[in-house]
Amino acid sequence: MSNVPLIMFLVFIAITLGITYWASKRSSGASAYFAASRQIKGWQNGIAVAGDYMSAASFLGIAGIIAFQGYDGFLYSVGWLVAYLTVLLVIAEPLRNAGKYTMADVLAYRLKPRPVRAMASLSTLTVSTFYMIAQMVGAGALVKLLLGGMVTFNQAVIGVGILMIVYVVFGGMLATTWVQIIKAILLMAGTFLLSILVMAHFGFSFSNFFAAIGHVTYHDAKGVEVVKDFLQPGLRYKPPYGPLDLISLGLALIFGTAGLPHILVRFYTVPDAKTARNSVVWAMVLIGSFYIMTTFLGFGAATIVGPDFIKTHGGTNMSAPLLANALAGPIFFAFISAIAFATILAVVAGLTISATTSFSHDFWTNVIHNGVERKPGEEVVVARISAFAVGAVAITIAILLGPTANVAFLVALAFAVAASANLPVIVLSIFWRRFNTAGAVSGLAVGLLASIGLILVSPSMMAIDPPTVTGTARHLIQAKALFPLENPGILSIPLGFIAAIVGTLLSHEPTSQHKFNELLVRSNTGLGAEKAGSH
Amino acid sequence: MADANDRYQASQSTWDKIAESQEFKDLMATKRTFIVPAFIFFVLYYFALPVLVGYAPQFMSTKVLGVNLAYLFALSQFFVAWLIAGLYVRAANNFDRLAKDIVDKAEIVKGGK
Repeated sequence: MSNVPLIMFLVFIAITLGITYWASKRSSGASAYFAASRQIKGWQNGIAVAGDYMSAASFLGIAGIIAFQGYDGFLYSVGWLVAYLTVLLVIAEPLRNAGKYTMADVLAYRLKPRPVRAMASLSTLTVSTFYMIAQMVGAGALVKLLLGGMVTFNQAVIGVGILMIVYVVFGGMLATTWVQIIKAILLMAGTFLLSILVMAHFGFSFSNFFAAIGHVTYHDAKGVEVVKDFLQPGLRYKPPYGPLDLISLGLALIFGTAGLPHILVRFYTVPDAKTARNSVVWAMVLIGSFYIMTTFLGFGAATIVGPDFIKTHGGTNMSAPLLANALAGPIFFAFISAIAFATILAVVAGLTISATTSFSHDFWTNVIHNGVERKPGEEVVVARISAFAVGAVAITIAILLGPTANVAFLVALAFAVAASANLPVIVLSIFWRRFNTAGAVSGLAVGLLASIGLILVSPSMMAIDPPTVTGTARHLIQAKALFPLENPGILSIPLGFIAAIVGTLLSHEPTSQHKFNELLVRSNTGLGAEKAGSH
Repeated sequence: MADANDRYQASQSTWDKIAESQEFKDLMATKRTFIVPAFIFFVLYYFALPVLVGYAPQFMSTKVLGVNLAYLFALSQFFVAWLIAGLYVRAANNFDRLAKDIVDKAEIVKGGK
């Protein structure tokens, strides 16, 4: 490979640093720093939500799963869009109407602010940090691969980490938003071009394309040549537990996306609830189009490049870049690689800002200092410092784990915690008059612990590896998994809800019921919602 | 909250009065009429996919239109999600109208604050 990928990476870095400089002059004051002064337009926020959400795991990961396991990979991608209906119908508008910077703002209305903010902040930091570590480990391995070994894993991790810290510390939410917008546009453009090229390869004939998908030839693990119909279900989700695992993943997506802190904070950047609603619709158009196009990326890689070639040239994650190379040569490979790089940066920046917002607004100001800033601007200063800390922690853990670490489960964990801890308490707080502090704290705690606990005893963490697998690639516990599914949602989500309900019923808190009417009116009408600020 | 003072504030009794007003009850009923069935429908439609593909793979492999039932059903999920989103946005214009009346009335009572 030539220097072209590196040059494209540097161009992207230069543009985003320019934006950060521009944004830094507009990011003084808490509302400007945490919520881009609530002046992001609906379509802009929609594109940014798409940019915040579609990670390298979507772009490279799903293309790879389809390239190797066909239809089941496509099946996997459906839930990522459908999940936005929960965001649209249930969460986005009440959150924008009643909250300020974080999801805990909505909980703190009628419940005792300190315990619920402390727990919500813990849950937010858990989701964001785990998700970030998964992204960083992936990023390190990927950047190294995409740049053809020009940088080491550690250098790549440090580079990505420093960039995300710079965006968030200096540019706040405004810079993060524009990095996400540019990334989403690049991602959509690259995916669209790649899809057109795949169809051109098949003479723009869907019947040729699907005929090829029906006969994909490759060598299986034993080296035997097999021909498979890649449109046939069952290559990935095999009985006895495969279908159940898929349902469990679906539950985590449908209930978890609406509880992901880095997605929720985006709805505070728009002027009002109606704009928040429109931005979800924009996001759904982009996210849906993208996941439909994974048909071309994934099946294109399977039919044009072939699983055998991908396996010996970097593995599943390289399916989309290798497809680009096969169809249009090294320059297009470099372009697709740069998009993957942009994708990682936009997502980790979003995770960093949601973690720092929750730490400084929920934990520092409201839990430790009872809701009072000791001097003006303290909340933003604390957020900037914590962005450094969060970044440093993520870099350190990613380097300690190393490039071969088994981290895919961290994404499943992040969604499971969001679905089992965050979503139940947000929903119950908005819709159930009887709900109270004990219910919120127990729901958050049980949802969090159940997700982590079940992942610990799942096949992601427990398995017996052959001696050839070494270091952090080995499973943590060398024994047969106690819980058969990789996705804990099917059990942890009901546990989160039950804990929240039982906790509520076992305690009595008249004020939370008295103040329910205020939250109900605020969240449903927008009366007294935070207004957009001026620059 | 640090700068809660510039937001609309009202006494407990004002919030109770709004929450118990006929206008607010109408808003909530209008929202429920759309959101509850829409939510139930999309959840059932979505989970039908993994259930059918997981437990009736032979049936879902039936060839239709050059592809198979499994692929068409998965693809239909995207269009159904977009359709529900579109219908929601249309219905929500109605919610906005009802909500605006409530907000205007509350702000007039408070003297425009």
